[in-house]
Amino acid sequence: MAHAADFELTPPAIDADRAGHTKPTRTPTSTSTSTSTSTAPRRWRGAVLPLLALAVWWGVSATDISRSGLLVSPQQVVHTGIEQIASGALWRALSASLARELTGFALGTAGGLVLGGLLGFSRLAERVLGPSFNTFKQISLFAWIPLISVWFGLGDAAKVVFLSLAALLPVVAHVSDGIRNVSPELLEVARVYRYTRWQVVVRVVLPAALPSVFTGIYLALIYSWLATLGAEYLLVAGSGIGNMLIDGSEQFRMDLVLFGIVVIGIVGWALNASARLLERRLFAHRSR
Amino acid sequence: MSDTAIERSLAHPAPRPTEGRRGWTEYARTLRWQILPFIVPVLLFSLWLAGSSFGWIAPQVLPAPHLVLETLLDLARSGDLWSNTWISLSRVLVGFAGGTALGLLLGSSLGMSRTLESYVLPSFNALVQIPVLGWLPFLLLLVGIGEPLKYLLIGQAALVPVTLSTLQGFRQAPAAYYEVADVFRYSRWQLITEVVFPAALPTIATGVRLAFTKAWLALVVVELVASSQGLGYLIVYGRQLFQLDLVMAAVIVVGAIGYVIDRLLNALEARLTRGARRAFRAF
Repeated sequence: MAHAADFELTPPAIDADRAGHTKPTRTPTSTSTSTSTSTAPRRWRGAVLPLLALAVWWGVSATDISRSGLLVSPQQVVHTGIEQIASGALWRALSASLARELTGFALGTAGGLVLGGLLGFSRLAERVLGPSFNTFKQISLFAWIPLISVWFGLGDAAKVVFLSLAALLPVVAHVSDGIRNVSPELLEVARVYRYTRWQVVVRVVLPAALPSVFTGIYLALIYSWLATLGAEYLLVAGSGIGNMLIDGSEQFRMDLVLFGIVVIGIVGWALNASARLLERRLFAHRSR
Repeated sequence: MSDTAIERSLAHPAPRPTEGRRGWTEYARTLRWQILPFIVPVLLFSLWLAGSSFGWIAPQVLPAPHLVLETLLDLARSGDLWSNTWISLSRVLVGFAGGTALGLLLGSSLGMSRTLESYVLPSFNALVQIPVLGWLPFLLLLVGIGEPLKYLLIGQAALVPVTLSTLQGFRQAPAAYYEVADVFRYSRWQLITEVVFPAALPTIATGVRLAFTKAWLALVVVELVASSQGLGYLIVYGRQLFQLDLVMAAVIVVGAIGYVIDRLLNALEARLTRGARRAFRAF
């Protein structure tokens, strides 16, 4: 979940990925034997739990153990999904949500780069704006929605304002941190070569700060997607994937809700994956 | 960009008062430096004050500061503030404690067994892609609008960062520690409690702090969307009645509590981290 107050830890998806794929720093005898004796390829192991869950779900919904209307069968979810896709309802909701998400993301990131750059480069600006900014980001982001709804209405304008805010905060925090944490050695080298201030900024500071800047932008992408859902729950006017879920919940249509969750998961994964791909491309020349 | 941070760090590091040599100019400079952070809040506040007292801003758009303060005092006097704060706090504590405990358990078991990790982690990663907000309508249907909904959502918000940071912390323990433990013929339990866990503690502490901020955020969201009590509900209620003073008073309380608890956890984290470092020096 996005919280404006803390950007120090890299986002879960990255962590999980790295934790899963980093080379083991050790090979303890107990676990290494257990892996070597197992014949099942590791790739397939991850599929065991989901398949098991699916089988149980299927089995329970096929029998008459529970007569609750909420227990929909997997087939029904698939059917609803196909229906939503065929009727164009999914596409309308998804495109509305994504358009808002990307607008808010772009605006927030642009603002965040400027503000973060200012805070990073100018000690004076940091002193004047930094404490206020830090206090501001402590306040739970979603608490602003009622105020934003009074000021900007319930439509797209309010949502985009909220999304920009959600995207702005991590970018500012990471850009200013990245710039301020450039190692002094690099700056000393720059001084030895008698770089001009412009050269220092372009050739030393910006390249050194780039990974941190990218983390900020990456977080902004994730947070604005999260905020898109929140905005659609709380500012209910208009259409979007969040509205689809809320409607499904109000109409007691579990199939629609489950399908919506799957779509949200896929979109979140796609945003994640594309950001990570871009990161790998950008930093391919760097040795990690 | 006349005075860049780099420029300063190259020329004269930080404008810090140097001990011993403290002239009047030095004092003036320090004083100015101390005042700087207050400029923006004071400016904003006076704009707000002026705007509302001269009638530039309609009270329906932004109520006057004294009105917000009055509402806050009213809430405190009538007891509404305390009862709602208490409800919110107890929700977040139950959810956070449950989520953190489960996260520690899950993260450490994944950290200790690569076999388990290879079975569970992919599913976990897939579920993580769905934000807490995505689960809200689902759980709303499943468990209704009562307290369990809040506990589950807040717990899930806390579970994810704790699990991942615990896993990461367990993985990060240097190979040398394991070798030492091997030499001393530590049992598996000793290995966990005396080597791996202390080594992982700083990472876990960071995860727990993050988990709290996420739990607090989840609380606000769930109270905004589905609740009839609590601080988030106060915000929604004020919004529905167009009582923006109530909205702002509740937002201030939410922000203040979040801030205070974050500071507390930060101090705790610093202490734990320092303790852990000291422990390692014994090796």
